[in-house]
Amino acid sequence: MEEKFAYVEGAEQPISMHPKKFALWLFIVTVVMIFASLTSAYIVRQSEGNWLEFDLPQIFWYSSGIIILSSLTLHWSYLSAKKDELNAVKTGMIITTILGVAFLVSQWYSWVALVDRDVYFVGNPAGSFLYVFTGLHAIHLISGVIFLIIVLISSFNYKVHSKNIVSLEMCMNYWHFLGGLWLYLFMFLLLNH
Amino acid sequence: MATAESALHNATAHDHHDHEHHDNFITKYIFSTDHKMIGKQFLVTGIFWAIIGGALSIIFRLQLGFPDMELHWLKPLLGGWIDEGGKLDPNFYLALVTMHGTIMVFFVLTAGLSGTFSNYLIPLQIGARDMASGFMNMLSYWLFFVSGVIMFISLFIETGPASGGWVVYPPLSALEQAMPGSGLGMTLWLISMTFFIASSLLGGINYITTVINLRTKGMSFSRLPLTIWAFFLTAVIGLLSFPVLFSAALLLVFDRSFGTSFYLSDIYIGGEALPNTGGSAVLYQHLFWFLGHPEVYIVLLPALGITSEIIATQSRKPIFGYKAMIISMLGIAILSFVVWAHHMFVSGMNPFLGSIFMFLTLIIAIPSAVKVFNYLTTLWRGNLIFTPGMLFSIGLVSFFISGGLTGIFLGNSAIDIQLHDTYFVVAHFHLVMGSASFFGLMAGVYHWFPKMFGRMMDARLGYIHFWLTFIGVYMVFFPMHYIGIAGFPRRYYSWTNFEFTNMYTDLNMFVSAAAIITFAAQAIFLFNFFYSMYRGRKAPMNPWRSTTLEWTTPVNPGHGNWPGEIPAVYRWPYDYSKPGAAEDFIPQTVPLSATPESNLPHEQELVKLEKEIIAEEEAMLVADETKTV
Repeated sequence: MEEKFAYVEGAEQPISMHPKKFALWLFIVTVVMIFASLTSAYIVRQSEGNWLEFDLPQIFWYSSGIIILSSLTLHWSYLSAKKDELNAVKTGMIITTILGVAFLVSQWYSWVALVDRDVYFVGNPAGSFLYVFTGLHAIHLISGVIFLIIVLISSFNYKVHSKNIVSLEMCMNYWHFLGGLWLYLFMFLLLNH
Repeated sequence: MATAESALHNATAHDHHDHEHHDNFITKYIFSTDHKMIGKQFLVTGIFWAIIGGALSIIFRLQLGFPDMELHWLKPLLGGWIDEGGKLDPNFYLALVTMHGTIMVFFVLTAGLSGTFSNYLIPLQIGARDMASGFMNMLSYWLFFVSGVIMFISLFIETGPASGGWVVYPPLSALEQAMPGSGLGMTLWLISMTFFIASSLLGGINYITTVINLRTKGMSFSRLPLTIWAFFLTAVIGLLSFPVLFSAALLLVFDRSFGTSFYLSDIYIGGEALPNTGGSAVLYQHLFWFLGHPEVYIVLLPALGITSEIIATQSRKPIFGYKAMIISMLGIAILSFVVWAHHMFVSGMNPFLGSIFMFLTLIIAIPSAVKVFNYLTTLWRGNLIFTPGMLFSIGLVSFFISGGLTGIFLGNSAIDIQLHDTYFVVAHFHLVMGSASFFGLMAGVYHWFPKMFGRMMDARLGYIHFWLTFIGVYMVFFPMHYIGIAGFPRRYYSWTNFEFTNMYTDLNMFVSAAAIITFAAQAIFLFNFFYSMYRGRKAPMNPWRSTTLEWTTPVNPGHGNWPGEIPAVYRWPYDYSKPGAAEDFIPQTVPLSATPESNLPHEQELVKLEKEIIAEEEAMLVADETKTV
């Protein structure tokens, strides 16, 4: 079997990657396209004038910090799994999941802050877009948290270790992507609101 | 069969394919994860929708061609949509046009074409046991099915289905007061399309993953049949454009149901101002056409790929310009994303932007012309075998030329002022996109029917079907060019109310009659299709003497496609009529070392490398066997 594998990866065999991991990347591409289209719609609409000006909620800074921190803890968890330090994997996963939920809560309070300054979902598109960005991102983040919980459970069943790391790797790719996506949205809003 | 299955199990053991072979009716025909069955499900569902979509067009053609006709006899079907005087309700006319477009573009030519042949052919032609994820594939079909059920229900509700045109522009589609179809019908349209988008994305992710990761040994990208290239690029286009339609639809849902103003601004209804301010209707058009234009190529590219394959096979010649074909498809795929605004030349867009989009649009003529040239040069002096599949492929080339030429006019932002939204546009896209893709679909069905069902379709009925359809399509769409140049707008209910269109009444009668004959001719195909499925002549293993991998499977391939090892690939798929070769085709599975008489100088050099690999492989097989024993 060993020789077979060496051959399979030789010159004659077409390049290949873990199909599920690859499919996840393709899914990420579709999410990128959704947000690319929404942010460009924002720019197109903004250039037409009649645009409500308001300050972004301060809480976005905190949620950005939380999401960066959660990516770090997840990565720590991944590195531990590679070294088969299973307790560290569990700890890392738990902290990440909690931080993920904390991010969602802080996003909710950003909505509260928006409502406080009279920016509603229904009204000038400037505000509506903000709700759509954060809301749609939050929905994807919930799916990320569900993914985290699934991997967390399998890590408690000792099913996540250096020989069986694909699910954790996929989870991590997705989570890093969602974190990056939020940072992109936040930067975009800082530059264009 | 049992030995074949056990051999299959041995062979797939290291591929992590541990299928349980306990096929009952439900796992085999309904919730199947076998790509071949899913392909057939897409095909049959596509045919069902094609009949509905076609029938809708016949109803509105009756109205356009015979405006004084008594339509009482349609009452059992249309009920209240036929008024007391036996006339078609104008609101329902709009619904018919909208539904015809939606059904044909999405359900027939996207799901029915790409869904059928990508699913069916990708694993068979690249040498894979199945798609990357059989479950996702099954989900893709069933989401499409659900989407279809919802759209079907919307046809029968009291206020009628969505009626704002298949592009569902706001504010018409965003305001319930705008027209009856903008109520529940529009809501169901949006729900249905959401399912459809999810289905397309799941399918597309699967196709791309499979093509990139699951090719058999030796199947490099430069040895892929052009069909696979076409399906692959189609899936990439879909993956990039359908999410944008999702965004557009999402914002439209918010405008419709939550009261936001993404697309709505300063609208007065019955003298009352609506509360919405600050929206932009052009924004919707940008988002929609960012999908809408690539969608044209999602529809067309698979048909072009199928045609390349069939024309090469039935001309007994290598495809002319294999690399040029790939590069032009890539060019079309890339350009399809930067031309969307040519649909919006008269929407109040900045005219300077219009000239940029005009320039980019006209560039598409280059890769398209390359493709046409290559089809013609492949046909040139070939040993043409006119099977029905071949005839439909040649028909596609004809439509692609005649419909493509009018695209050059429409792509000009100045000429478009006159021609925009007239029957000229209708004629253009029905030829180049509708009929061409439909002919690609038909060609594919005739060509791969023996592989799908193990039987041959009747060729004579195929010829009758072809000639009636081919002539019929030109009879229907060619006169529309004149009506369009005269300036008659599309989607209008009546021709007789205006002096300048009055004189076209008989031309319209002609078009309608031709449409009815063409539609009726499809019954020949339906009969042929379903009759041959059960009673057709038994197909040989390789009926068209073709080179590609799917013809190396058994006549009725099981789940897993090849009993035993998946064959390796040693050459490109177009070794037809190679000088020196004994037969006029050499399958991809024949090593170059086995055909010294026909090898070209550079291939002779590859033989050495190939021999080394084969020796290595045999040594390994021996090693494997000793291990397992």
